[in-house]
Amino acid sequence: MSAQVESWRNMNLHHVPYTLAGYDTPWVLDARISAFERFFQHGFPARRDEEWKYTDVTSIGRRTTLAPDIIPAEPSSDAKLLAWTLAGEGMHLMVFVNGHYDAMLSTVGNLPHGVRLESLAKLLDNGNRFPEKFFDQHYEHTVFSSLNNAFATGGAVVVVPANVVLEAPVYLLFIASGHGEAIYPRNIIIAGENSQATIIEHYMGTLDIHNFTNAITQLDLATGARVEHCKLMQEGPAATHIGGIHAEQAAASELTTHSFALGCHLGRNDITVKLQGRACHSTLNGLYMLNERQHMDHHTQIDHFAENCVSREYYRGVLDGASHGVFNGKVIVHAGAYGTDAHQANHNLLLSRLAEVDTKPQLEIFADDVKCTHGATVGQLGEDQLFYLRSRGIDADLARSVMIYGFANDIISRVGEASLRTHIEHMLLDRLPQGELVKGLL
Amino acid sequence: MLSVKNLHVTIDGKEILSGLDFDIKAGQVHAIMGPNGSGKSTLVQALAGREGYVVTDGSVRYLKHDLLKMTPEQRSREGLFLAFQYPVEIPGVSIAFFLRTALNAIRKQQGLPELDAIDFLGLVRARMRQLDMDESFLSRAVNEGFSGGEKKRNEILQMLILEPKLIILDEPDSGLDIDALRFVADSINKMRNPQRAIVLVTHYQRLLDYVVPDVVHVLSQGRIVKSGDAELARQLEKNGYGWIEAEVAARQVA
Repeated sequence: MSAQVESWRNMNLHHVPYTLAGYDTPWVLDARISAFERFFQHGFPARRDEEWKYTDVTSIGRRTTLAPDIIPAEPSSDAKLLAWTLAGEGMHLMVFVNGHYDAMLSTVGNLPHGVRLESLAKLLDNGNRFPEKFFDQHYEHTVFSSLNNAFATGGAVVVVPANVVLEAPVYLLFIASGHGEAIYPRNIIIAGENSQATIIEHYMGTLDIHNFTNAITQLDLATGARVEHCKLMQEGPAATHIGGIHAEQAAASELTTHSFALGCHLGRNDITVKLQGRACHSTLNGLYMLNERQHMDHHTQIDHFAENCVSREYYRGVLDGASHGVFNGKVIVHAGAYGTDAHQANHNLLLSRLAEVDTKPQLEIFADDVKCTHGATVGQLGEDQLFYLRSRGIDADLARSVMIYGFANDIISRVGEASLRTHIEHMLLDRLPQGELVKGLL
Repeated sequence: MLSVKNLHVTIDGKEILSGLDFDIKAGQVHAIMGPNGSGKSTLVQALAGREGYVVTDGSVRYLKHDLLKMTPEQRSREGLFLAFQYPVEIPGVSIAFFLRTALNAIRKQQGLPELDAIDFLGLVRARMRQLDMDESFLSRAVNEGFSGGEKKRNEILQMLILEPKLIILDEPDSGLDIDALRFVADSINKMRNPQRAIVLVTHYQRLLDYVVPDVVHVLSQGRIVKSGDAELARQLEKNGYGWIEAEVAARQVA
């Protein structure tokens, strides 16, 4: 192994936990130091590691620094503009600039009684023990989770108590701005029994910024809780984003988590769901729309531990240029999880001969009386469809955009929150020829 | 309105149409009949401008245009409408969106302002009432999961909304029960007017009991071999295509 690849080992990173939120809270510092040790021991994954076979992350280890900004950055005028324009009317908005909470740009608004929407950094600084268990090694899914445990600068803690319905969505906006090099957001979302909430995480970056974002979100759903969660990745074309979404569900809870990946040069989301109580519903939706040399990898893992749970995965990709998409969908039906009903589908549309997709379903079944199905396709725009549209006066470029829109719409239409759905439609159409025209017709 | 002269079309290097001549004037309804493999669908696809249908000789005038120089979308915008035998599914695209996009493309060509959502909906609703169609149809994806009858209905709805000058219907009666057939026939009859030409391409005569054509052409081996009035269709129904092919063969020998 060359010295260059391992250059991050020569950075003085051991001191970083002492500089971050909660440094004088003993459990925080301990958790960070031990997490850093685990990261340092393991190092970044290599492609010989089966889980990282298609995604080369060695460029991260060659960065100038992996240490996050210690002092919150002054938001640029671009960042301010985004904060003022993106969130929908009445949403509970928290803005983070380079991983640090910016209270001035945020509009938390009125929350129902008992609902907490707080800055993680503040809780860590205050010595609050409440987030402690979420920093446990047991929650670390990849080495990037260890790195996030060690270096998380901030994020949102959302707590919705039992039986409370949070009507307006929580909108968490993460802006990569200015000189933000390494950004470590961390969100913890806790939905009490029979509560309901919608959580949006939106990652934005400016055109020129070469940020590395390592974002982890943990979701904990109590019995009967219903959560819709949506992650939008719209960072700049030079950005790297390695994310994790890790959910645990108690009985009869319902989680829908969407992943929309449009930005980034190199992106990866590890999404894991543990179905621990009976009769849970879990739906994982995703759409990656890539161009040029973009690389986006979704690794999902659903663990059916309890009986009679239903899981659904709908992932689609639209790939142009020399982009590369990866989908790996693992479903494990553990012993005793009888009555499991799991379905997974990954469909890909290749718009260019240089674009590439690797898709792999992985079903591991250790229980009887289960229903598990999966399907994956890789195809091109249909000539018959194109001709049909053209024969109705629609020119070829517009017809192609309409077909791509239709293909992607299968995923977008699954978003429950209407304003968000429209926003995503527009994100998509902004990238298509004559997209403006399509927008006008919707 | 449409004048086809000595049309030769090949697919993958194989000649399917070999010198086809055919003329239709505004106000007329023509039926083009022929056995399987005679070149009926090739004619239809070539007139609509489908890729892969290579015209090696001949000409097609449509109104004032050289039809063969036009893209499929230009043909449509100039008023040519093909009702597909097998309408294609477009997943994720609603009928409402599809119709509005198509209509505005055509209106733009005609120098008319685009219809906004409200005016468009007003127009579509009126047309759907005419066809006794449920409004929920509008939010369904184009042809996705449609029954054969629903697909044909959708073609008819488009025809009514786009108000074409030249309508070509490719086997509009295929796969329909008698009620659906009558519905399609009624809709075609309502479209008949002195400014419009209609071409029915069909294997069977049964549709022609309801839509009586001015001229019937018989297509065989890539050529129109016989033309006549509606009586010709009835003869074909009774005697099949064999006698015509025999007649053609006899002529070739002579």
